[in-house]
Amino acid sequence: MSIENLEALQKEAIEEVLEVYPAKAKKNRAKHLGVDAPEGVKGACDKTRSNKQTVPGVMSQRGCAYAGSKGVVWGPVKDMIHISHGPIGCGQYSRAGRRNYYIGTTGVDTFVTMNFSTDFTEKDIVFGGDKKLKKALEEIDDLFPLNNGITIQSECPIGLIGDDIQAVAKVHKKESDTPTIAVSCEGFRGVSQSLGHHLANDSIRDEIMPDTTARGDFKETDYDVAIIGDYNIGGDAWATRILLEEMGLRVVAQWSGDSTYKEMAITPKAKLNLLHCYRSMNYISRHMEQEFGIPWMEYNFFGPSNTNESIRKIASFFDESIQEKAEAVIAKYTKMTDEVIKKYKPKLEGKKVMLYVGGLRPRHVIGAYEDLGMEVIGTGYEFGHGDDYKRTKDEIKRSTLIYDDVNEYELENFIKKLQPDLVGAGVKEKYTFQKMGLPFRQMHSWDYSGPYHGYDAFAIFAKDMDLAINSPVWDHTKAPWDTKEEVGA
Amino acid sequence: MQDVENIVNGQKLFLKPEYQETLKNKKEFESAAGAVDPEKVKEVAEWTKTWDYREKNLAREAITVNPAKACQPLGAIMAGLGFEKTMPYVHGSHGCVAYFRSYFTRHFKEPTPCVSDSMSESAAVFGGLANMKDGLRNCNAMYKPEHISVSTTCMAEVIGDDLNAFITGAREDAEGELDDLPITYAHTPSFVGSHITGYDNMMKATLEQLNPTRAEKVVDEERINIIPGFEPYLGSLAEVKEISKMFSDKIIMIGDHEEQWNTGAGEYHLYAGGTKLEDAKTAINAATTISLQKYSTVQTAKTIKNKWKQGFETSNPIGLSGTDEFVMKLSELTGKEVPEELKVQRAQLVDAMQDSYPYMHGKKFAIYGDPDFLLGLVSFIVEMGGIPTHVVCHNAPRKGWEKDMQAILDKSDWSEDCNIWAGKDLWHLRSLMFTEPVDFLIGNVYGKELYRDTGTPLIRIGFPIFDRHHLHRYSISGYKGALNLLTWITNAVLDQLDEETKGIAETDYFFDSIR
Repeated sequence: MSIENLEALQKEAIEEVLEVYPAKAKKNRAKHLGVDAPEGVKGACDKTRSNKQTVPGVMSQRGCAYAGSKGVVWGPVKDMIHISHGPIGCGQYSRAGRRNYYIGTTGVDTFVTMNFSTDFTEKDIVFGGDKKLKKALEEIDDLFPLNNGITIQSECPIGLIGDDIQAVAKVHKKESDTPTIAVSCEGFRGVSQSLGHHLANDSIRDEIMPDTTARGDFKETDYDVAIIGDYNIGGDAWATRILLEEMGLRVVAQWSGDSTYKEMAITPKAKLNLLHCYRSMNYISRHMEQEFGIPWMEYNFFGPSNTNESIRKIASFFDESIQEKAEAVIAKYTKMTDEVIKKYKPKLEGKKVMLYVGGLRPRHVIGAYEDLGMEVIGTGYEFGHGDDYKRTKDEIKRSTLIYDDVNEYELENFIKKLQPDLVGAGVKEKYTFQKMGLPFRQMHSWDYSGPYHGYDAFAIFAKDMDLAINSPVWDHTKAPWDTKEEVGA
Repeated sequence: MQDVENIVNGQKLFLKPEYQETLKNKKEFESAAGAVDPEKVKEVAEWTKTWDYREKNLAREAITVNPAKACQPLGAIMAGLGFEKTMPYVHGSHGCVAYFRSYFTRHFKEPTPCVSDSMSESAAVFGGLANMKDGLRNCNAMYKPEHISVSTTCMAEVIGDDLNAFITGAREDAEGELDDLPITYAHTPSFVGSHITGYDNMMKATLEQLNPTRAEKVVDEERINIIPGFEPYLGSLAEVKEISKMFSDKIIMIGDHEEQWNTGAGEYHLYAGGTKLEDAKTAINAATTISLQKYSTVQTAKTIKNKWKQGFETSNPIGLSGTDEFVMKLSELTGKEVPEELKVQRAQLVDAMQDSYPYMHGKKFAIYGDPDFLLGLVSFIVEMGGIPTHVVCHNAPRKGWEKDMQAILDKSDWSEDCNIWAGKDLWHLRSLMFTEPVDFLIGNVYGKELYRDTGTPLIRIGFPIFDRHHLHRYSISGYKGALNLLTWITNAVLDQLDEETKGIAETDYFFDSIR
């Protein structure tokens, strides 16, 4: 497909999907869709409308503020207990769904895959749930004495019935002398999970950052860094940590995959904050810069090209000894990643990929695909903001369809039109595309594989993409008696 | 470092010494007791296994830990998807819908169509009428449903949105686009009941709103409706339809979601199967409706019995006696003899039960799940001579269920050893399993943490099951379904026997090739 053809096809795809909408929705959705290319200015990456209300009545893939706070930011903090405060559903649907790996004795000193709920009944809605919450906090301390704090994650009704969870948390904190943090992350707030990230960041800023006691005896070194915005999905943060340690750095905290209260509390002593998921944790990074003077930098550990560049950039903040070690790390792993590319590139080169994910991945993973000779021709964010799209411009390598808050109808039609060889999105989308005979990888959960961060992880990424695209199962879709040209996509 | 000839993912990667080293390094900065004071972790872990802990745990009033239930709209969506070309539409926040769709999709490994009208702060202040007006129109334009099934999230319920008025308002403003489209609606507050309550409310509303009033009904004495309830086993739906067909062509399943979550490869269709809307609209004309889940249709039953003045029966075709009762009910209602085919199936099942009984006999089981599921499964365990030591029903209905369950347990020779735990969660069950251990646990995916902690083998039967594939395709209903239950449970017992006897030169004298 020539560049011109691809761009024309992408533009046509947008025109076609917009046809279905009533006038008001059409006008709205048109602003969220566009095409951009690495060269030129004022393409879709500059203009795409984002972080706005979802059009009602569509099958959006977006989540809510509670999902952003409990599910993403707070949930992985392993030695604290996170209460889903309100009706029973939210905690149940989000239980153990994100593969935030951690080491610990679940139910005793760590609690990530469990579900704590205040299980609201009608009585709690009518008379308020503060008393129940207070009792719940006390029961938790009785039954789970090794918890290092409790967070209260509000579900929709809390903010609507006038409960004062902040007051309840304050009293319990005083009585129990353990951190008790209330987050007003009701699902109806904001337009997506994004606001939940922000609210969770703010609650960490207000409740953990000022805790100087927790970092009182911390002995700092010149090489202390913190990993920010890595949720250790499938072990990503561990695969990152090992490289930073090999560079001679000391990783004092992980935010928030496999993290503990203390790690977060000592982070203000770090010399540099390394930010992977900009969207969900830029807030706290900016705060630590302002309040404690800690510089922060964004990095990208997907694929060897990005990882090499990021490692050099990280090293540039430190002295020559670190820079030398950084080069040694790159040299050490390059041999292996070259072999990975040699092994898989011939099987993957030229394959077209379309993505629809959240956070950082719609742009960050492009390089990993391109390292394997694969071509990303469409990407979009569930809950990105303008700054995410601007950053995307630097990552795209060819004419790319850009879609914000794309719904099931649009994505299905874009993919039918552009006919990629691989789709990377979430579980809700997975089976739709597989039924069309399209290889698919879940790019939120790494499809029960991973990690995908760092050099060792790139080998897994390559193997997984090969497995998806070159599996014999896709050849079986067409029955031997079927005389039609093409089945599905 | 990875060996390119043998690339491993996280499972084995993190076992490599260099990663073990990095994990060890991390502990220096942690506050988790496992890093700070590992002995304390062991001490507390042991304490959680004691009677002392159990008593404290069972006395909990405010915090629920590891529940075995979900909320109303989830059930409403399943009810909606039981009708042809129907789009479930959730009036409320879209985050909820993302959760419902993921939850079903992880269980069925199939797409789950459902939209929301994305209510947000402004809707919380002004109400969700504007969202409903735009939402219904957009949904209709994009997904071209022949029926929209509207339920609510707790947000819409707390602010008190009036679905009837909103839908009427939306129709008026839609410039005719929604004129001929049936839109049924039910209020499904998450803070009342559980997912089975939502199923019930949506089913009741759908039937009431699609059907004419009693004055207009034209009774068809031969027609029988069957409502399956919140049924996660698609094979069970197929099985029930197959049995029904042996008696009459006029037995119609109302709320048949089998095909929606079981479509083939080749092309993607948004809608598949479902009860014909024509059949749904004439449900009132049937002589009788049979509900296969008494406690998932408590409110629906009231409409059928009181408003429609129609015959209403309940029957739970799980296990041998449950299926017997169902078959005899169909025989009675249709006036037909039990067909030869079913007699053969029954005899084959009983034969198989008699082949395998030594392995389930006297074995202790802990089991949890939805109320009707438990009535069926526990009945089957009792029929096999197993002992349902702990029966946990987190969403146990207030009225009648415990009595029904006790009646089943009373048939067991060990009835005094059996305990019903209504309203208890899986952290309660953990204490029960440590203090009064059982041989096997039967339940959904959340049982795997209990398996890890107590070592009790988990037999996965229930909803949801995310970590094993294709079990939902099988039937647990009818004689053939009972045979599946028998197969799964017996073979789990045998797997465990092998596991316990595989010790070389120690226990493997009992590692028999023939069992």
